[in-house]
Amino acid sequence: MSTDLGGLALANPVLVASGCGGTGRELAAYGALSELGGFVTRSITLNPRAGGPLPRIVETPSGLLHAVGLQNPGLEPFLATELPWLVQQGTRVVVSIAGGSLGEYAEIARRLGRAPGVAAIEVNLSSPDAPTTGVFDVREPFHAASVVAAVHRDLPRGIPVLAKLRTDVVRVVESARTVLEAGAAAVVVGNALPAAMPDGRQAGLSGPAVRPLALRCVTEVRAALPDAQIVGVGGIVTADDVRTFLAAGVTAVQIGTALLHDPTAAARIVADLQSDREGAA
Amino acid sequence: MSQAVDPVARTPLHVTGEVLGVKKVGAYHHLTLVAPGIPERFRPGTFVALSVGESRLARRCFWIHRVKPVGGYGATLQLVVEAVGPGTRCLTGLAPGARVEVTGPLGRPFALPKEPVSCVLVGDGYATAPLFPLAERLRERGCAVTLVVAGADEAHLLSALEARRSARSVTVVTADGSVGRRGTVADVLDEVLDRAAAEVVYAAGPLATLHAAAAAAETHGAWSQTAVERPLSCATGLCQGCPVPVVGEDGVSRLVRACADGPVFRGDRVRWADLTVAGLA
Repeated sequence: MSTDLGGLALANPVLVASGCGGTGRELAAYGALSELGGFVTRSITLNPRAGGPLPRIVETPSGLLHAVGLQNPGLEPFLATELPWLVQQGTRVVVSIAGGSLGEYAEIARRLGRAPGVAAIEVNLSSPDAPTTGVFDVREPFHAASVVAAVHRDLPRGIPVLAKLRTDVVRVVESARTVLEAGAAAVVVGNALPAAMPDGRQAGLSGPAVRPLALRCVTEVRAALPDAQIVGVGGIVTADDVRTFLAAGVTAVQIGTALLHDPTAAARIVADLQSDREGAA
Repeated sequence: MSQAVDPVARTPLHVTGEVLGVKKVGAYHHLTLVAPGIPERFRPGTFVALSVGESRLARRCFWIHRVKPVGGYGATLQLVVEAVGPGTRCLTGLAPGARVEVTGPLGRPFALPKEPVSCVLVGDGYATAPLFPLAERLRERGCAVTLVVAGADEAHLLSALEARRSARSVTVVTADGSVGRRGTVADVLDEVLDRAAAEVVYAAGPLATLHAAAAAAETHGAWSQTAVERPLSCATGLCQGCPVPVVGEDGVSRLVRACADGPVFRGDRVRWADLTVAGLA
């Protein structure tokens, strides 16, 4: 089941999606992280962020609305405590990053590039509540490309950049093309959909409700850019969902909301995919 | 955590449980479940998260009320459910034999005193549930146990009769005066703490009750342990949906998670005023 993602060898194609695996420690209680293809951290910003007001998560049919506001300890505490622990687990650690400016992105990339054990960087280019969180607002594909270029320029060559794009059927191909030209090794399609909380606050919508849309975005990118490496994400809950995305041409997948419903979801999916292969052998 | 504790036995499990029975008691339902491995790991103050179908992704969390053998089953879980929404109504409508995904025991339990000191346990509504097994453990340690059981009315008093068997003295408080003293927990605490010469106060209930218990404990020079209940989505520490502002032992203010870092916190560490504001919505 091993796979190559932007030069990065993964034991299997199943990664934990950003923001859905806690610090890793919580998830590790339900299964070794080393059994997974990789772990994507919640988005780390240069300075600590306290996050937004409650409610942060609201249930909606087959989905979750979330407005956590990128709560995270900031880069330094992350490098001092969370990252070394994750690296020790023997899993591929992909650090998701978000910044308020191009300079901030570059600064984060420089410091992460010097940290031992970072397997890849995922640039969060599509935070569904970006305008209210002060994150660099990526509205146009060229904004996304300039962020990717800034990060790519300041990273050692061995660390691939993954660009996480908005689940926007109309613009996703153009976005994918520009970030790949700017140096991204792969595109992650797609992030939570922009949505609103019942009280009107900006939020993201994730879960099985968005899966068909994510799949449509994947198929659009695959058709237009046959050489692009794609990581599929959006409402994947079962091994069957993974097979569907793999058949649509993704190299790897990320499991997000499913973990909030069942903390063993990623491990279960990996086991199911593995038993498939053993059955076939 | 002391070195003698086997860390594996302290990690939560995710299992398929089976409903043994649902019994209506006053305003609540007592749900009895077989959930292999979870009762053995239970400590008072921990809780479980249940799934309610594939399209409702947020978990429903309940205090563990009792752990006891039933029929041929070694140990079962008894939970107290207040049917207030579609998820909880779905659970209280389950027939014996129904399967349900259970994760637990989750969270950090009440800390037990090393010495046989006088303890006052304050419970309000269904949240009184974990105080009964707590009372048992405290009595095993030679602690004098005084109970305060509160609720909106008689129907919302949890097991007040049983309370008389669990404690040296019981004070019953209802908001409408239908049983016991009329008023709130705050009205009786000074008197109860004085009479019991309390050294530790344990509290479970709505925020106002917890805050009152923590404040009364502080006035009387007692320690307090408060079980903070927040709306939870994943319940496993992954989603950051349940922030609680606390002051750490280093004096630094930080946001922790009710589910994974709590639910039990030292009452003097919680920033109650900020918690109330954050919980408005």
